[in-house]
Amino acid sequence: MSVVAGLMFLSQAAFAQTDIDGIMMQKNFFCVGPTVDKTSWKNYWEGTFKRDNANLGTVSSTAAMIMGNYGITDKLNVLFGLPYIKTKASAGNFKGQKGLQDLSLWVKWVAKEKMIGKGNLKGIVEGGYSTPVSKYYIDLMPLAIGMHSKTGSIRLMADYELGDWFATLSGTYMLRSNVTLDRDTYYTTEMHYTNEVKMPNANDFNFRIGYRSSTWIVEAIVDKFTTLGGFDITKNNMPFVSNKMDFTKLGLHVKYDTDFVNGLSFVADANTTVAGRNIGQSSSFGGGVFYILDFSKKKKEETKK
Amino acid sequence: MKKIFFYISVLTVTISIVLNSCSKKLDEANAVYPLINPTRPDANAGTWKPILLASASEFPCAAPIATTSPDYILQLNEIKSFQDKITSQEKDLVNYWGAGAVLRWNEIMRELVAKHNVPPYQNPDGTYPAPNASNPLAYPLFPFSNPPYAARAYAYLSAAQYDACVAAYYYKSLYNRAAPFTVDATIQTLLPKSTLPSYPSEDAVVEGVSVEMLKLLFPGDQDFIDKKADEHKTARLISGANVRSDLDAGEALGRAIAAKFIARARGDRAGAAIGTQAQWTLFETDAIAKGEIPWYSQEGPKRPPMLPLFGKVKTWLFDSLTMVTSIRPGPPPLTGSAQFKAEVENVLDVQKHLTREQKAIATYWSDGVGTYTPPGHWNYIAATEFAKLNFSEARWARNMALVNMSLMDAAVACWDAKYFYFNPRPMQMNTEIKTDIGLPNFPAYISGHSTFSGAAATVLEYIVPNKPGYFIGMAAEASQSRIYGGIHYFSDCAKGLETGYKIGGYAVARGHTDGAE
Repeated sequence: MSVVAGLMFLSQAAFAQTDIDGIMMQKNFFCVGPTVDKTSWKNYWEGTFKRDNANLGTVSSTAAMIMGNYGITDKLNVLFGLPYIKTKASAGNFKGQKGLQDLSLWVKWVAKEKMIGKGNLKGIVEGGYSTPVSKYYIDLMPLAIGMHSKTGSIRLMADYELGDWFATLSGTYMLRSNVTLDRDTYYTTEMHYTNEVKMPNANDFNFRIGYRSSTWIVEAIVDKFTTLGGFDITKNNMPFVSNKMDFTKLGLHVKYDTDFVNGLSFVADANTTVAGRNIGQSSSFGGGVFYILDFSKKKKEETKK
Repeated sequence: MKKIFFYISVLTVTISIVLNSCSKKLDEANAVYPLINPTRPDANAGTWKPILLASASEFPCAAPIATTSPDYILQLNEIKSFQDKITSQEKDLVNYWGAGAVLRWNEIMRELVAKHNVPPYQNPDGTYPAPNASNPLAYPLFPFSNPPYAARAYAYLSAAQYDACVAAYYYKSLYNRAAPFTVDATIQTLLPKSTLPSYPSEDAVVEGVSVEMLKLLFPGDQDFIDKKADEHKTARLISGANVRSDLDAGEALGRAIAAKFIARARGDRAGAAIGTQAQWTLFETDAIAKGEIPWYSQEGPKRPPMLPLFGKVKTWLFDSLTMVTSIRPGPPPLTGSAQFKAEVENVLDVQKHLTREQKAIATYWSDGVGTYTPPGHWNYIAATEFAKLNFSEARWARNMALVNMSLMDAAVACWDAKYFYFNPRPMQMNTEIKTDIGLPNFPAYISGHSTFSGAAATVLEYIVPNKPGYFIGMAAEASQSRIYGGIHYFSDCAKGLETGYKIGGYAVARGHTDGAE
């Protein structure tokens, strides 16, 4: 479940299993599994100024996540994800943070499907919602595990498949609710006398291209995330939850559907940040195991027999 | 294709509904202060004892023109022409400034402190550049308004505002010129009518003195300061509370009085508080010579200690001899002692079992980088309370001055102790100890937060009559928050509070004798 936007400063778990790809789960099938990824960075962009920080050393975050995808119909899926995250700075006095982060839910719907030339074009529309599930601490960027903002997302996606080759382009608009601090004043580019912080909305463009067969998926990914508003960290200042946080990442995703256990698959991901603003220049590696459960009547009948 | 357009439009409508239903507007506490409408007008504030002025009339204020003169009539017409074409934005300005001049100029100061409270970034060779007052816009921007700098800034602003009010009220009584709305009943009054004579304007005297003090303390922000000053004066005209000559006289008086405070500031030794490498080394070698583990910066690269000679700065409420003999706390537990080891263990233990609630308390009082600092927090707490009490402008100034002078003297006494003892922080003793809030770059003993909070709370207990124990309770929490933050030992906090209470007592003693009770 990829767009855990809260993690911009940390990890952007780029697991291309579900909401960000053009693949649908069949009716009454439920794909579920755990993933683990590790994201780390040493350099970061303070505004546009790239630097390291001896008071942080290398900042890393490990995310263990459970996610799933259920096919209500072949053309309508619901998906969920919930990560547990732990962060750490290798130097300095700042305490690493940990906790359950945000539960995210997506509804994914194939609105249109059409043959174009020899290939198949799918128009997919998605709605997403995420909400924090613990009272995790946000006033220590970049070690906070998230933003603690509720988000609502809308995504339009086009997926074109030609034989075993495909390309997917999507655009996401994300609304982010205000968040609350444990203090009643704060300074952004001006003084604020409230514990509530206005969060900038964001958009994300994701392009993926590669090979997709019944056993293997191998794809290259470009992801460009832009906050619509927010402000730069001033020189040597502390980062803040409503900073502008932009990044462009390049990634690789591999999925293998085993032939020895029906419904069992493995995924592996890697990505790296090639450009950014007020975020760490992170690299991320991860993997996961998924299993497909069949809840269809046909299956049950088969079992009875 | 049509279908897709249909779906997209349904989605667009849904998005707009969601957008509109979850409003992002912030309700800010400083937008809802009541308008100044004093229960007691304090017409005799001209007889209160000034802080620095030899007398209320040390600086002259010329007699006003008569309210029957043609010039005065012109000034009334200026108000009327403003009022004829008043915009909603101007009404907002009238209400903003109507909450009080002392309140707003303290708020402006807090904003500037927060903006400038950022430690300089290191040089390529690992040393640190120092801000330069004569070149404030070059990096590192001047000032780095850390807690001692901020404490001093708030105190100078407030003390100068208070003396300016005493002088203005003195001339008000002396000249007794009626307010424009009294002279001409057709002038609308957009604010509660003051019963005081309007010449010279108490708002303008506070504006005039504040502008000069702020420009001294934040020389790179002159445009921002001037803009606020223009808005303030315009708001007073539009409101019908003052004619231009009320404002001009007040502003000129305020500026003249500021000069005396600026002269004091230039000679109060704060300029040398940063110290030299030789002095920094001496703290270390002195501590070692005493058999103690000295404080070391935990920053990378190692940063020189924050304003190590701030303990030598001239105080307001007591002299330096009193500070050394009656205020400086006794020594902390020796770094080799069992008690010290136990206190380090205690900090680690608290960190290991820290609850979310304790973390919130640590954060609430943290007031670290990018904030208005602990003295600013207490300035804000004071402003919030005073706004409920319908003080006159003069009483606002007097009470703010008592709070802020106690905070600056707390900074001086606390810094004196910190560098007299040069005691290491918990993280230096045990690297397992980590913080959620940031580690200040100066010695531990005594806790600054505790000293500031003890002082300000003592003064607020005296000024705010109907909340006994409330502020002392807050101070205790602020003090404890530093242990939750993992950056102070119990002794730092206990002795800090105790020292703060003593310093607050000096401000209360002044309050008993300044003629305002």
